[in-house]
Amino acid sequence: MPCKGNKYGSRGGVGKMITKSLSRQHRIALTGNDAVAYAVKQAKVDVISAYPITPQTFVVETLSRYVYDGELDAKFIAVESEHSAMSAVIGASLAGARTFTATSSQGLAYMWEALYAASGLRLPIVMALAARALSAPLNIHNDHSDFFGMRDAGWIMFNGEEAQETYDLTIMAYKIAEDPRVLLPVVVSYDGFIVSHAISDFYALNDDVVAEFLGKRTTGPKIDPDNPRSFGVLALQDSYFEFKRQQYEAMEKSRQVIQEVFKKYAEISGREYRPLKEYMTEDAETCIVAMGSTVGTARQAIRILRERGEKVGVVGILQYRPWPTKEVEQIFSKFKKIIVMEKTVSHGARAGPMYEDIASTLYPKYSNVKMIDYTYGLGGRDISPQGIIDIYRFGKELIEKDRNDKVQFYGVRE
Amino acid sequence: MGTSVTWREIDLGGSVAGGTSENYKTGNWRVERPVIDYGKCVKCLICWLYCPEPAIVRRGNEVRVDYDYCKGCGICAEECPVKAISMVPEEV
Repeated sequence: MPCKGNKYGSRGGVGKMITKSLSRQHRIALTGNDAVAYAVKQAKVDVISAYPITPQTFVVETLSRYVYDGELDAKFIAVESEHSAMSAVIGASLAGARTFTATSSQGLAYMWEALYAASGLRLPIVMALAARALSAPLNIHNDHSDFFGMRDAGWIMFNGEEAQETYDLTIMAYKIAEDPRVLLPVVVSYDGFIVSHAISDFYALNDDVVAEFLGKRTTGPKIDPDNPRSFGVLALQDSYFEFKRQQYEAMEKSRQVIQEVFKKYAEISGREYRPLKEYMTEDAETCIVAMGSTVGTARQAIRILRERGEKVGVVGILQYRPWPTKEVEQIFSKFKKIIVMEKTVSHGARAGPMYEDIASTLYPKYSNVKMIDYTYGLGGRDISPQGIIDIYRFGKELIEKDRNDKVQFYGVRE
Repeated sequence: MGTSVTWREIDLGGSVAGGTSENYKTGNWRVERPVIDYGKCVKCLICWLYCPEPAIVRRGNEVRVDYDYCKGCGICAEECPVKAISMVPEEV
């Protein structure tokens, strides 16, 4: 059975790594939140500012302990809100600091205007997002509504499936953000509770390896008394458009930089990342698309379906912005049917954000590929391998009956 | 910001070198212009002290209005102790 899966990050890379690069890393067991904090400590950030919110809180709790214990030489700025947290890291980043913040859900929503300021000012800020549903009604559990909500804020957006990916992406995020060709903020998201609170073992690079990989921050806009400049200026009809066009170009250029950083990281860690994670797709006719922890659940479902003779595979989205257009076209154009699973609901839209991205990538060149969109798991409703098997069966049937013109809901009481 | 600068050359992230306010002639915001009657002026420099811009330019004890930046707020006319400054409507 062809199996391309799991060699990009996750567990699959580990076997290859043991022979090559074990001397450069160590195996530890931490929650997803603590894995992020561990990566941030190793990245030797200068300034952290954050406000606690479930399920992210432990990231900054652990970081504040690192600072208090003297394990991390950084300034921890406790603030009264997420709006101030983002504003504080913007200020610190403008002062030349390597910065970090973390949030979830309502906290991210409260940051909204400052998110655009961070990217517009071209600041290499890194943020962790323990993805959580948005109110109302109030819910603390995982879905991707907050993550997709910041889609157009100009941030580079990654989603880690489990602790290993989240740890690796957090370190790589600094390398990507601070590249002079990029200079954009990066968000690393991971599923609230499912990843953030579950303890799992993973391979962490040794401190000196991370220090050598990242070095010190030397790039980006910087306040300099000897060379006075104005930042965040008023730019009206005569110049705003040019600034935004330039910012768009930075996101385009980041594609190449991300590729280079993934490659360099593979050399030191043995874990080779790609924007899309394929599993059993080589001869697949139908493909399930998912993001976050569901990708792992889907692999289990695919193994069961393969035993039953179904030609199905899964593609996990690791890099959401910039949207990996070339890779999506290359991989998805070969399928007959695509079932997109989204942990968010786009009210009033034709479909969810990932469906629309895939559809607009394939159309019109590959308009023969049939697609259907499933909303599932809102507010943390669990998805099991059996759930994904159901979605596969129903989705395939609806496509065959030409009834794929509407978003389907899986797991809601009808 | 010159209108000939393309997105390829424009400064990073909406930042600009200091001192650009000199290039923005804000005098065209004015509805009324202060006119000094030098026959009445006692060179007390009160107008120079009070101008918030500062668009009252001083050389020694002589003052004049810099119409490139004067927004026509009228504070100088209000504060002049000898009523040497009058506000004259700008012609449209």
